[in-house]
Amino acid sequence: MKAVFARTPSLKDQPTHYCPGCGHGIAHRLVAEVIDELDIRGRTIGIAPVGCSVLAYDYLDVDMVEVAHGRAPAVATGMKRTNPDKIIFSYQGDGDLAAIGTGEIIHAAHRGEQITVIFINNAVFGMTGGQMAPTTIPGQVTATTPVGREVVGQGYPLQVSELLAVLPGAVYVERCSVHNPARILRAKKAIKHGFELQLNGTHGLSLIEVLSPCPTYWRMTPAKAMEWVETEMTKVFPLGCLKDV
Amino acid sequence: MREKGDTSNGVSERTLRCGNEALAEAAVLAGLDAYFGYPITPQNEVTAYMSKRMPEQGRVFIQSESELAAINMVFGASATGKRAMTSSSSPGISLMQEGMSYLAGAELPAVVVNVMRGGPGLGNIAPSQGDYFQATRGGGHGDYRTIVLGPSTVQELADCMPLAFDLADKYRMTVVVLADGILGQMMEPVVLQEKPRPELPPKDWALTGAQGREQNIVRSLWLKEGALEEHNYKLQAKYRQVQETEVRCEDYKIDDADIIVIAYGVAARIVRSAVNRARQEGVKAGLIRPITLWPFPHEQISRAAEEFRIFLTVEMSCGQMVEDVKLAVAGKVPVLFYGRPGGGIPTVDDVLENIRQLTLPLKRLVP
Repeated sequence: MKAVFARTPSLKDQPTHYCPGCGHGIAHRLVAEVIDELDIRGRTIGIAPVGCSVLAYDYLDVDMVEVAHGRAPAVATGMKRTNPDKIIFSYQGDGDLAAIGTGEIIHAAHRGEQITVIFINNAVFGMTGGQMAPTTIPGQVTATTPVGREVVGQGYPLQVSELLAVLPGAVYVERCSVHNPARILRAKKAIKHGFELQLNGTHGLSLIEVLSPCPTYWRMTPAKAMEWVETEMTKVFPLGCLKDV
Repeated sequence: MREKGDTSNGVSERTLRCGNEALAEAAVLAGLDAYFGYPITPQNEVTAYMSKRMPEQGRVFIQSESELAAINMVFGASATGKRAMTSSSSPGISLMQEGMSYLAGAELPAVVVNVMRGGPGLGNIAPSQGDYFQATRGGGHGDYRTIVLGPSTVQELADCMPLAFDLADKYRMTVVVLADGILGQMMEPVVLQEKPRPELPPKDWALTGAQGREQNIVRSLWLKEGALEEHNYKLQAKYRQVQETEVRCEDYKIDDADIIVIAYGVAARIVRSAVNRARQEGVKAGLIRPITLWPFPHEQISRAAEEFRIFLTVEMSCGQMVEDVKLAVAGKVPVLFYGRPGGGIPTVDDVLENIRQLTLPLKRLVP
C-alpha cells in the first residue's frame, strides 16, 4: 500500500502526555515538519519552557534544553551569540513568556537577537491547574478568577505580539491559530518563515504567536474549544501578520 | 595596602592592575568564550573591561537587562559547550541564585564572580564577606553545591580564574570566585599569563545540533518515580569527589602556635600582619587560610585542633565561616570570633588586641 502521509522524522514516535484536544501536539508537529523541510535538524537547538510543554524534548528529536520559567529568550541569547551558525528556537507558553518572562522576551527582541520564538497562547496556566494567565480574556473563568476575569483589579489581556511588533529589533511577528486546517497551514507557513529569517541571516527576533485550545481548563469538549478559539479568542487576539520587515 | 609595581625583578610582564581588571584579563586568557554582566558596584571594572576586550578577541560580550538574564545567558552558552562567566556583587548574586540552582541540576559548568559588598538589602558599596553562607551553602533551592574560591591577593584572584574554569569543566559545576570590594578595587602588581589547559573530560553532552547522532538533552527535571533521587545521589557522589580532591588551604606559623586565627580573603591579609606583630611581642600566633571555602578544609583545621590551642575566626561579617570552623574543630578547642559587618573592616590593631586578650590567661598559666 502506498503511504500518503507519514510522521516527519524530527517528531518522535511517542505516546503523548498532552490532554485530548490540546493544541501543543499540532504545534509540535508543525515545528518538526519545518525543521525537516528546511533540513536543519543537525544544526538546530530548541529550548523548552516551564509549563505543559516542558517535556517538548520528548517529542521533538533535536538537541534541546529545558530552562527556568520565563528565561528562554536569555538562554537563547547565550546560545545564538556563541553559536551564530546554529538555528535557535524557544517554545514558550503564555505563563512562561507573557508573565514571568516578560522582561526576557522584551529585551531579547529589543537587542534584536537572531532567534525564533514559538509562543503558544492558550489564555491559561495549564500545568499548574488552569489559573489566570496575563492572556486570559475578560470574563474567562479560571482557577484563580472564579467569577471570570475582571479587568478592574485583574488587568486586561496582555497583547504580547502587538507590544513586540513596535520594537525595531523584532523583524517578524505574526499571530496564528491552530483551530482549523486552513489556520494550521498558515501557522506552519509562519513558523517556517521565522526559521528562514534565521537561516538567511536576517538580524532580529521573529515571534510566531499560536492561539491554541486548552479544553481541560476551559472546561469544554475539544470541538467546542476549537470553536472558542475562533469565536472568542480571536476577538481579543486578532490573527494576522503584525510585522515582517 | 596599595603597593608599587616592582620592576627590578626582571619580570617584564608584571603590571599594576586592580583586581577587577586582573580577573577579567585572566578569564580572557583562560579561554573565556562569552561574558554576560549587568552593572553593579564594586565590580563595574569587570564589565567595562570585557566590553572592550571580548569583541577585540572576536568573543561575546553582552550587557544583559538583569542579573537573571545574565546567569541564563551563561546557562545557554554553557549548554552548547562554551566557557562562559558572569560577575556581579552581592544583591546581583542573590538574583542569580535561581539560575545557579538550574545550572547545578543540569550539571552545566559556569564561573560566577562575586565582588562582595555590604548587605543585607541594598546595604552599601563597601567591602564585605557577608555572602559566605550564600556562596558555600548554595543560595538557590535543592541539594546542591558550588565550588567556592576565596582569593586574598590580586595575583591569587587572577590565578583563580583559569582554575575556576578548569574545575567547572572537570566537574560540570558552578565555581564561585568570592572576592570583595577591596580585592576588586585595589591595585597590585600582577603577572598574567596563559596557562596550559589540563586534560578535561570531553563535552559530549553539549548541545551542538544533533548532526549524525541522537539528540542531546540538557535538563534538570526528573519526573519518573525515583529518577530525581537517583540524579541527586549522582550529584552527591560528584560533590564527595570534589571534597576529597580539591581542598586548598594555606597555613602560616601554626606549628608552635598557642592561638590560631582562621580567616580568608582580604581578612586573612589583615590577620597575617596581626600574627607577625603578635610574634614580635612574644605571642605564638598562627594563621590558617582556607582558599577553597567549599570544599572547606575541615581536615586541616581538625588536625590543628588536636593540641590545645585557642582558635579565633576573623571575618568581615557577623560570623559565618566560624560555623564551619566549629564543625571542623568539633568541640576539641575553644573557637572565638571577631568580625565587623556591613562594610566595616577590621584593622590589624583590632585583630592584634583580640589575640592579646585571648592569650592573656595562657601567660598567667605559664609564668
